[in-house]
Amino acid sequence: MDYVFQFREVFRYWPLLAEGTVVTIAMSIGAMVLCVIFGTLGALARRSRTMILRWLVIIYIDIIRNTPFLVQLFILFFGLPSLGIRLDAMSAGVLGIVIYNTAFTTEIIRAGLQAIHKSQVESGLSIGMSRVQVFLYVVIVPALQKVYPALVSQFVLLMLGTSIVSAIGVEELTSYAHQIQTTNFRSIEVYLVVICIYMALTLMIRFSMRALGRVLFRYRHRRPGRITLPVEQL
Amino acid sequence: MSIVHLNSVSKNFGHIEVLKNVSMDVARGSVVSIIGRSGSGKSTLLRCVNGLEPIQGGEITVNGKKVTRDERALKALRQEVGFVFQSFNLFPHLTVERNITIGLTVVQKKARTEAKALAEQVLRQVGLIDKLNAYPDELSGGQQQRVAIARCLALSPKLMLFDEVTSALDPELKGEVLRVIADLASAGMTMILVTHEMHFARSVSHEIKFMNAGKIWESGPPEKLFGGEAETPELRQFVQHHAY
Amino acid sequence: MLREFGMGDVYYLVASARWTFVLSLIAFVGGGLIGGLMTLARISRFAPLRWFAAGYVEVLQGTPLLMQLFLWFFMLTLLLPVELPALAVAAIALSLNASSFAIEIWRGSIEAIPKTQWESAASIGMSRLQQLRYIIAPQAIRIGIAPTVGLAVIVIKATSLTALIGFVEVTRAGQLVSGVTFQPLLTYSVVALIYLAFCWPLSILSRRLEQNLDVNRTPELSQ
Repeated sequence: MDYVFQFREVFRYWPLLAEGTVVTIAMSIGAMVLCVIFGTLGALARRSRTMILRWLVIIYIDIIRNTPFLVQLFILFFGLPSLGIRLDAMSAGVLGIVIYNTAFTTEIIRAGLQAIHKSQVESGLSIGMSRVQVFLYVVIVPALQKVYPALVSQFVLLMLGTSIVSAIGVEELTSYAHQIQTTNFRSIEVYLVVICIYMALTLMIRFSMRALGRVLFRYRHRRPGRITLPVEQL
Repeated sequence: MSIVHLNSVSKNFGHIEVLKNVSMDVARGSVVSIIGRSGSGKSTLLRCVNGLEPIQGGEITVNGKKVTRDERALKALRQEVGFVFQSFNLFPHLTVERNITIGLTVVQKKARTEAKALAEQVLRQVGLIDKLNAYPDELSGGQQQRVAIARCLALSPKLMLFDEVTSALDPELKGEVLRVIADLASAGMTMILVTHEMHFARSVSHEIKFMNAGKIWESGPPEKLFGGEAETPELRQFVQHHAY
Repeated sequence: MLREFGMGDVYYLVASARWTFVLSLIAFVGGGLIGGLMTLARISRFAPLRWFAAGYVEVLQGTPLLMQLFLWFFMLTLLLPVELPALAVAAIALSLNASSFAIEIWRGSIEAIPKTQWESAASIGMSRLQQLRYIIAPQAIRIGIAPTVGLAVIVIKATSLTALIGFVEVTRAGQLVSGVTFQPLLTYSVVALIYLAFCWPLSILSRRLEQNLDVNRTPELSQ
C-alpha cells in the first residue's frame, strides 16, 4: 500500500467546496419547507372524507416509497421532455426531492394528526371555532410537535439524498466533488473531505433543529396517563 | 321562558339507541342536574345540546334557535353555550392566558388587549390570576378544570354545560372546582350539569333529572328526589347506592 | 444505432433485475450479520464498545450513501493490489450501510422490552447472553420484524445507486437501453415498475406484520 494522502490538493479547491455546501444547504432547507407544507396537505387529504382523495394520496405514497429516488429523478429529467415538459437540472432536482420526501412527511404528519385526541377538536369547536380554525390554532402545532423528531430525521435524510441529484447534473456538493476529483486525481481525499462536510451538515441540522424545536414548542410535553377517564363513551 | 328545549330527541350510535324520545325544558337562570348510571345517555344528551353529536330524531332549540348541523349556526350557538369537559381539554401548547383569549381573538375577533383584560377578569373569578402565564401541564387537575371553566366564561355564555367535570379529579381537588360552579349558580348562570356528585347536585340544583336507559326516567326538585319521595324503584335504588 | 424500444428491451431490463436481486440479497444478509454483531456491541455493558457502535451508526447514517459508494469504490481500486468486480464494491458499501439501519431497528426493538424482563431473567440465574437469547430476543423479534422487512425495501432501492459506479443492475441497464432507444420515459417507467414489483409486496407485508402483531411502538424508520 504505497498510496500517499495529499489533502492539500483538496483544500486548494475550497471555494468550490464552499459553494457546493451552500447550494446543498439552500436546496435542503427550501425542499424541506415545501415537504412540510405539502406533507400537511397530503396528510389532510389522506384523512379526508372523500374516498378518491384518500386513495390518490395512498397510491402516490406507495409508488414513491417503493421506487428508487434515482429512477424518479431520471423520469423527471430525462423522461418528461418527451411529453414536452422540459426542466433544467436544478428544477428537476428540487422537484424530485420534494416529490420523494413529501411521501414520507405526509405519513409522518398523518401520524401526528392521529395522535391528537378528538377531545381537543371538540374543545375548540365548543368555544365556537370553525373546523379550519380548530386545525390552525388547536391541532397543527401539537401534531407537529408529537412527530418533530421524525421530521428532523427526515430532514437529515432529505439533505443526504440531495447528493443523488448530482446524477442529473445539478451542481451541488457531490458534483463538485466529482469535478475536483477528475482534475486533481486525489479521489480518496476528495470524497473523505466531502463526507466529513456532509457529516458536519447532518450534525448542524440536528443541532439547529433541536434549538428551533425549543423555540417552537416552548411548552413541555403533556404527560399522558395523568387524566383517568372512567369508561363512558355513551 | 325556557332557554333549552328538547322535543322528543332520539340519538343512536349505529343500532344502539342512546336517547329515546327525550323531552325537557330548562328555564333561564335555573340549574339542572342530570344524574344516572354510566351509559344511561346523560353525557350524550349534553353533547347533543351543544351540537357535538348529531341527533337522529326530534328537535333541540337553544335560546330560540334550532340546533342543526350547519357549521355557521353551530359556531354561533357554541359561542353562547359554554361546555366544560370531563378531561378539561385545555390546549397544551398555549399558556393559560392564551387558552382563554384564543376564543375571543380568533372566534369573536376581539382585540388582544381587550381579550387579555377579560382573561384576567375570569381568572380572578376562578381564583387563578397568578397562573396567567403557566402552561396547562404545570397545573393540577383542579386548576386545569377551573381554567377550562374560565375559558368558557370569557365568551360570556348564556348557558353552561358541565359534563362530569370532577370525575377525572382526585377527591381532594374536586372541592375547588365545585366551589367555582356553586358561585356561578348563585350568580344566576343557567347551567346543566351531568354529575356523580349527589351532595353537590342536591345543594346547587333547582331541578334534578334522573336518566335511565336513554330516557328521562324521573325529574323534580332535589328535596323530592333525594328526600325519599322518589317514585320509581330505579331511582330509589340509584339514590341508595350513590348518594349517602 | 437508434432503434425502437421493444420487447427485447423489456426482457433485457427484467433480466438485469437479477443483479438487483443478487446484490440486494447479499447486502441484506451481509448487513444483517454485521448489524447483528454490532447490535450486541451497541447494547453491551462495556462502554467503549457501545460508543464504537454508536459512532459507526452515526457516520453511516450521517453521510450520503452515494458518497460512501464512491469512497469505497476508489479506496478498493486504488489501495488494493487486485481489482475487485463492481459487485464486490457495491456489496461491501451496501452491506455496511444496511447494517447501520439494522442496528437502529434492533436496538430499538430490544429497548422496547421493559427493563424488568432483563432483571427477572437475571434473577433466575441467567447470564447476560442467556437473558437476551431466551427472554429478550423472542419478544423483541415481534417488534422488530416489520421494520426489518421494511429494511429490505430500503436496501433494494439503495442498490439503484450502484448504477453510478458502473455496476450493471436494472437502473444501469435502463440507462443503457435509454441511450440506444432514446425512449427514456418508457425505459425508466419499466425500470420503476420492476422496482415496484420487488418492493410493493414487501411494503405490504411489512404493514401487515405491523398490524397483526399489534405493535404500536416500532422504531421510527423512513426512507
